[in-house]
Amino acid sequence: MPNELQQASASGAPPLPGTARVFFRKYPPLVLAAGSFVVLVLLISALADLLAPYHYTTQDLANRLRPPAFLGGLAQYPLGTDELGRDILSRLLYATRFSVIVAILGTSIGAVVGTLLGFVAAHFRGWVDETLMMLVDAQASLPFMLLALAVLAFFGNNLTLFILVLGINGWENYARLSRGMVLSASRQGYAVAVHALGASPARIYGRHILPNILSVLIVQFTLNFPQTILLETSMSFLGLGIQPPLTSLGQMLGAGRKHLLLAWWIAVLPGLVIFLTTLSISIFGDWLRDRLDPTLRNR
Amino acid sequence: MNARFVLTKLVRALVTLWLVVTFAFLILHASGDPIEILLGDQAEQDVIDRYRELYGLDRPLHEQYLRYFFGVARGDLGFSLSDQRPVTELLAEAIPATLVLGLTALGVSMLVGIPLGIVAALNRNKPIDRFVMTFAVLGFSIPNFFLGILLILFFSLWLRWLPTSGMGTWEHLIMPALTLGTAAAGSLARFTRSSMLDVLNKLYMRTALAKGVPRARRIRWHALPNAAIPLVTVLGFRLGDLIAGSIVTETVFAWPGVGRALVSAVSARDLAVVQGVLLITACTMVTANLLVDLAYGWIDPRIRAARASPPGG
Repeated sequence: MPNELQQASASGAPPLPGTARVFFRKYPPLVLAAGSFVVLVLLISALADLLAPYHYTTQDLANRLRPPAFLGGLAQYPLGTDELGRDILSRLLYATRFSVIVAILGTSIGAVVGTLLGFVAAHFRGWVDETLMMLVDAQASLPFMLLALAVLAFFGNNLTLFILVLGINGWENYARLSRGMVLSASRQGYAVAVHALGASPARIYGRHILPNILSVLIVQFTLNFPQTILLETSMSFLGLGIQPPLTSLGQMLGAGRKHLLLAWWIAVLPGLVIFLTTLSISIFGDWLRDRLDPTLRNR
Repeated sequence: MNARFVLTKLVRALVTLWLVVTFAFLILHASGDPIEILLGDQAEQDVIDRYRELYGLDRPLHEQYLRYFFGVARGDLGFSLSDQRPVTELLAEAIPATLVLGLTALGVSMLVGIPLGIVAALNRNKPIDRFVMTFAVLGFSIPNFFLGILLILFFSLWLRWLPTSGMGTWEHLIMPALTLGTAAAGSLARFTRSSMLDVLNKLYMRTALAKGVPRARRIRWHALPNAAIPLVTVLGFRLGDLIAGSIVTETVFAWPGVGRALVSAVSARDLAVVQGVLLITACTMVTANLLVDLAYGWIDPRIRAARASPPGG
C-alpha cells in the first residue's frame, strides 16, 4: 500500500487538500513559525530606530519602574519602564538590534576565519594541516566561556575585543568542515578539470570549490548563530560583555535582575526574546540541515 | 586493562597540564604589567620597584617561569590581589561548593534524561516521543540565566517556598541544581534516544527477536548496555565541564563556587585567580577524559581486546 494512503487511513481523518498537505509536509508549521520569528527579529534589528518610540537612553525619572500597559501601566510605555524611567519597549528593540548585530559580526568572523584556515589546511597538508587540526581539537575540547572570560580578564574589556572573542567561538567547526570538503572536492572532476586548464589555486578554491560547499557552511552558520547569541547574552548578563550605556538583551536582563521583586518584566521580557530567538534559529537550522543532508533525517 | 595503556594516558594528561600551566604563564606575561594594574599608572617608581621585587618580577623571565612552575607543582597558585589571600585558599573554599552543585545537577539530569531518552526511543515517532523530545529541546534551549530567574520569580518571590540565593541548607540547592540539570537532562535525553535508536536497528537486536527473547530482556540485556557506551563520553564531557558550565548559574543564585569566584576575578582583573581557575578546570577536564578512557575499557570488552593486542599485530 502506498505510504500516503496508509497514513490517511490510519489517522481516520479526511486528508487535507492536496496542495496544502504537500506544502505543510515540505514546510512543517513549527518551522514556518520559527522562520517567521527569525524574520521578525531581523526586521526589528534593521528598523529599531524607526520602530522605537524613544531613544534607548531617554530617561523619565518621574515614571520609574512602571508596569507594562496590560498590567495597569501607562499607555505611553506599553511594556513599562526600568529603574531610570527608560521605556522597556524601546530598549528591547535596540537591545535586540545590538545583540543581533554583535552575533552576526561574531559568527561571520568565525565563519570566514575558520573556512579560510580549513582551505589552508587542505591546500598545504603536512605539518600545516596537522598544527591547524590540533588547534581545532584543542578549541573543541575547551569550554569556550572560560577561554573568553580569561581573554577579557587578561586584556581588559572593550567592544572590539569582545566581538573578536565571540568570533573565535565556533571557528573550529568551519575549519573542520571546509577542510574535509575541500579534500574531497579537489579530487572531483570539476576541480581537476579547472586545475588542468591552468586556473590558480585561489581561483579554484574561490570560484569553483567554495560555491559547491557553500550550502553546508551556511547551515553551520545557522547552527552557530544561536550559540553566539547565547554566549554574548551570557557574558553581558555577567556584566562582562556589552557595557552600559550600550545595551544588549543579556545586559538588560542582568541589570533587571536587581529589580525582580518590584519589576519582574525588566528581566523577563529580554529573557523571553533571547529564548525565542535562539530556539527559532535552532529549529530553522535543524530543518535546513535535514533538508540538505538526507543521511541525518529521522534522527 | 594493561598497565602500558594507563601509563600512556597518564603521561598525556600530565603533558596537557604542563602545556596549560605554560600557556597561562605566557599569556599573563603578554597581557602587561600586573604591578601597574595593582598600583595604577600614578605610582612612584621606587614603590613600583619594591613591589616588583616583592613578587619576584625583577628576575629574568626563565627564572620567573621556573618559580611559577614549581610553585604550581607545590600547590601555590599565587596571591589574589583583590581578595588579599592566597589563591589556593580561595579555591579550596569554592571548589566543594561547585562540586556539590555540579554533581547534584549531574545526578538529576541522569535520573531524568536517560529514562526519558529510552522511553522516547522505544516509542519512536509516537506522541510520547514527540512530547519528550519537545521538552528536551525546550530544556536545553532555555538559557540558564533565564530559567534561573523564572525559578526565582516562581518559587521564591511568588510562592515563597525557597530562598533566592546563597548556600547553606538543602533548600538552597534545589533551584541552582534544577537550573543546571534541566539543560543537561534535555541534551542527555536527546543523546540517549539517538544512541538507543542506533542500537535498536542493529542486527543482533533482530537476532534476539528471532530467537524469541522477551521484549523486556532484549531491552535490558541487549540494547541498554550497548547504548550506554557512547553515553559515557557525554557524561565525561559533562564532568569536565563542571566548572565552566556553572559560571552563569552560580552567579544567578550567588552560589559561592568557582564560577562566581571567576566572574568577580575577571571584573577585578585579578589575574592570579583567573589563572588558578584555568588550571583547576584543565585538571578536571583532563581527569574526566582519563576516567572516560578507562571506563570505556571497563564497559566495552571490544575495546579491551583491541588494546591488549598491539596495533597491526
